[in-house]
Amino acid sequence: MAEHEQAILAKRLVRLRLNGSWREEAVAENQLLVDFLRETAGLTGTKTGCDGGECGACTVLVDGEALPACVTLAIRCDGRSVETIEGLAKGGRLHRLQRAFHEKLGSQCGFCTPGMIMAAEGLLRRTPHPGDAEIRTALSGNLCRCTGYVKIIESVRAAADAGE
Amino acid sequence: MTSDATPARGVPLIDGIDKVTGRARYTADLEHRGALVGRIFRSPVSHGEILRLDVTRARSLEGVIAVVTGADCRHAYGVLPVAMNEFPLARDKVRYRGEPVAAVAAVDAATAERALRSIAFEVRELPAYYDADSARAQGAVRLHDDKPGNLERAVHHVFGDPAAGFAAADLVREASCECAEVNHAQMEPHAALAEYEPLTDRLTMQSVSQVPYYLHLMLARCLEMGESQIRVIKPFVGGGFGARVEVLNFEIVTALLARAARGRVLMELSREENFLTHRARPQTTVRLKLGLARDGRITACECEAVQRGGAYAGYGIVTILYAGALLQGLYDIPAVKYDGYRVYANLPPCGAMRGHGSVNTRHTFEVLLDRMARELGLDPFAVRRRNLLRAPTRTLNELMINSYGLGECLDRVERASAWHERRGRMPPGKGLGMACSHYVSGAAKPIHWTGEPHAVVNLKLDWDGSITALTGAPDIGQGSSTMVAIVIAETLGLPLERIRVIAADSAITPKDNGAYSSRITFMVGNAAIDAARQLKERLIEAAARKMGLQPREIECAAGVFQSLAVPQAAMTFPDVAKEALVDQGTLTVKGTFTCPPESQGGKHKGGAVGSTMGFSYAAQVVEVSVDAATGQITVDKVWVALDCGYAINPLAVQGQIQGAVWMGMGQALCEETRYLDGLPAHASLLEYRVPTIAESPPIEVQIVESIDPLGPLGAKEASEGALAGFAPALVAAVANAVGVDMDALPVTPDRLIEALVQLRRRARRRSLGAKP
Repeated sequence: MAEHEQAILAKRLVRLRLNGSWREEAVAENQLLVDFLRETAGLTGTKTGCDGGECGACTVLVDGEALPACVTLAIRCDGRSVETIEGLAKGGRLHRLQRAFHEKLGSQCGFCTPGMIMAAEGLLRRTPHPGDAEIRTALSGNLCRCTGYVKIIESVRAAADAGE
Repeated sequence: MTSDATPARGVPLIDGIDKVTGRARYTADLEHRGALVGRIFRSPVSHGEILRLDVTRARSLEGVIAVVTGADCRHAYGVLPVAMNEFPLARDKVRYRGEPVAAVAAVDAATAERALRSIAFEVRELPAYYDADSARAQGAVRLHDDKPGNLERAVHHVFGDPAAGFAAADLVREASCECAEVNHAQMEPHAALAEYEPLTDRLTMQSVSQVPYYLHLMLARCLEMGESQIRVIKPFVGGGFGARVEVLNFEIVTALLARAARGRVLMELSREENFLTHRARPQTTVRLKLGLARDGRITACECEAVQRGGAYAGYGIVTILYAGALLQGLYDIPAVKYDGYRVYANLPPCGAMRGHGSVNTRHTFEVLLDRMARELGLDPFAVRRRNLLRAPTRTLNELMINSYGLGECLDRVERASAWHERRGRMPPGKGLGMACSHYVSGAAKPIHWTGEPHAVVNLKLDWDGSITALTGAPDIGQGSSTMVAIVIAETLGLPLERIRVIAADSAITPKDNGAYSSRITFMVGNAAIDAARQLKERLIEAAARKMGLQPREIECAAGVFQSLAVPQAAMTFPDVAKEALVDQGTLTVKGTFTCPPESQGGKHKGGAVGSTMGFSYAAQVVEVSVDAATGQITVDKVWVALDCGYAINPLAVQGQIQGAVWMGMGQALCEETRYLDGLPAHASLLEYRVPTIAESPPIEVQIVESIDPLGPLGAKEASEGALAGFAPALVAAVANAVGVDMDALPVTPDRLIEALVQLRRRARRRSLGAKP
């Protein structure tokens, strides 16, 4: 984009429920949800691992559904509930998926982990007792380069077995 | 209240909770409000002389704070002191598309990108070479004036008498494998945050490095700053696999920008940029010849490897040496000849990747051994068993081997996979294959000779009863900090929770060479144990003093210091710690480790590469289903056994082995970096296909503990050794399933279909009685 073409993008007031608390922000119309989370809300648990929609590291829940925040506009979340990895642990206790990923080594370098856990949480909310094939399908958009996925599947299975 | 019980074996990572909660801060997550945004202008051509680089317009844009070019750094950097030929920003010439030429720091990304677009760049294009053959051809223009034939390094090694070995063989065969260039594709893209403080002339660099010490050295060199003016910190790192095992141009560029801007600069490379300037495993052509006696005994091995190294030296010399040196150390081979050629080409410089140097030659070796075993009617396991080494021993090229669990690895996977019961009795399209591999536990000779120990760990015990381990070893996700905590806890007989590890901050932690060649467990682990032993001695002395006993009359276990004679006379760790601090104050001890000279390889040129304190050994069986109609290969299951000496943390060892096997699977099945006129054709994670969870098999791990006499608690490496065996095991399994021998990696559906068509054509000709 040449200088003269650079349009001043309008901001819009967005009201969304972020990890359980409603907040209102003036958001540029082209701001991606991942940038809103990381830069505006300071929630850096959601990662950017690619140039858009390739790796799943930015997966968050929007109204309970797992979505890549790097190809979601922040303004599209107006009136909706957005959940990130930071919202999972409650009352000083790890969420069952966090505990399982920690104890079973579903996380090595940890960079894909927040997205992986959020995608798994999306699955467990729809399907509390998934089979391996369902786990594989639900996480197929989330790349991990460390684990070979073996312990990720074990972690999700363990979390499902642990129940709510 | 901490309970001081003995640590259990197999524990989660000590920083695991930070990772699963999203609290872990990777470089791009660091507080950077107010930091400038860095962006790099890259060469649009593969090879050319720079005629004009004009950054005046960029510099004059509002919001642009600094612009740097090759003129801002006159020092080349690199890995080996003898082969530093790369500048952080190109000077005079560009040698690959995507090479950094200039960089800007601006108040925001949009301004920085606008500045890049206003840079005027003119080159006189030179002929560009994208494969080793054309780069080596007569009359090819040199990429580097001092390298005729565009040959970075030729290696010629002969050990034993290969001619006699081949003459004595009952069967001599050759194989030639084309192995595609593959990429680390670590999940965290490259990023650096540099802060220059003009009033004190100090630079603080936080980066994704696996080698913060070398980064520190190269920053001082390139910026002409005193080493003591620089601080290098490694935050959480999202994987490496060798991607950050050398200092990267963008790191130095970020520092140059920060100094020019007299402030703070955050540089985040896009995923595309990660591919544009990657440092991956080179495209390699391996020709290998083996002689076998009728009983399967290897009589000689001859190997030629040609690596397309890319535009600059990087790790090249080390990679081409590893490829030859690690032909040995796995089996007992009486004669080995190796010719290696590392060739420059107008592509991103290749570097070190998991299994550095060994993977493609090992692949070809194992593939050929399997085919020859078949021809001789020998079982693949039997032919390996016929050639086992016996530890302790030294190979022909003077590699020291003190522990060797390959035989047990073979037994374990043979049993677990029910090899003999199932192979040859499987439904059509299904097959089993196996292969072996090994890898070093650290390079016994450091890259830069300083006379210092190979590893140093400091321990601090303070009034609060906590023990802090300070190590320069960068944990990049492999769990090295957890390893350090465990060996200290085990040595002291204290629970893991008492140990805190602070890693890789040059202002706080002792120097460490970094996370490469799987050196940390062996070297840093031993240094940590040395430190813990010294601290234990001090604690026992204090307990003895307090209890009126001699130190030798006291033993320490499960956090209790007890009299050997009178079990009731005992002190808890916190009381002993308090006593130990009387008249002393805070206790600090230092542990070190140095590789003994006998581990440092032969006297021949390049003999240091491959030399190590101990090798890990692996055997694996791969089961596949092949769809002959589509060429699609499904890996149904992998059984792998790895001898890691002693599993300090069995949970982490399993995870590392699974990750290595799986990464080998990516290279075997689908990963390939191709170029179109020097531009990567696969510069995203959608196009560069790493396996997803949907197509990744169960990987059943068996840990073999050979207890290395010099390893920390007997341990050796566990992260790399299993990788190289996957691809040849897969190729053998495909041959077993559908009867074709694949020579190129990756074994894509296209290549497999082509091979199946050829096979059918040959079969048809035979049935028609035609000559082949």
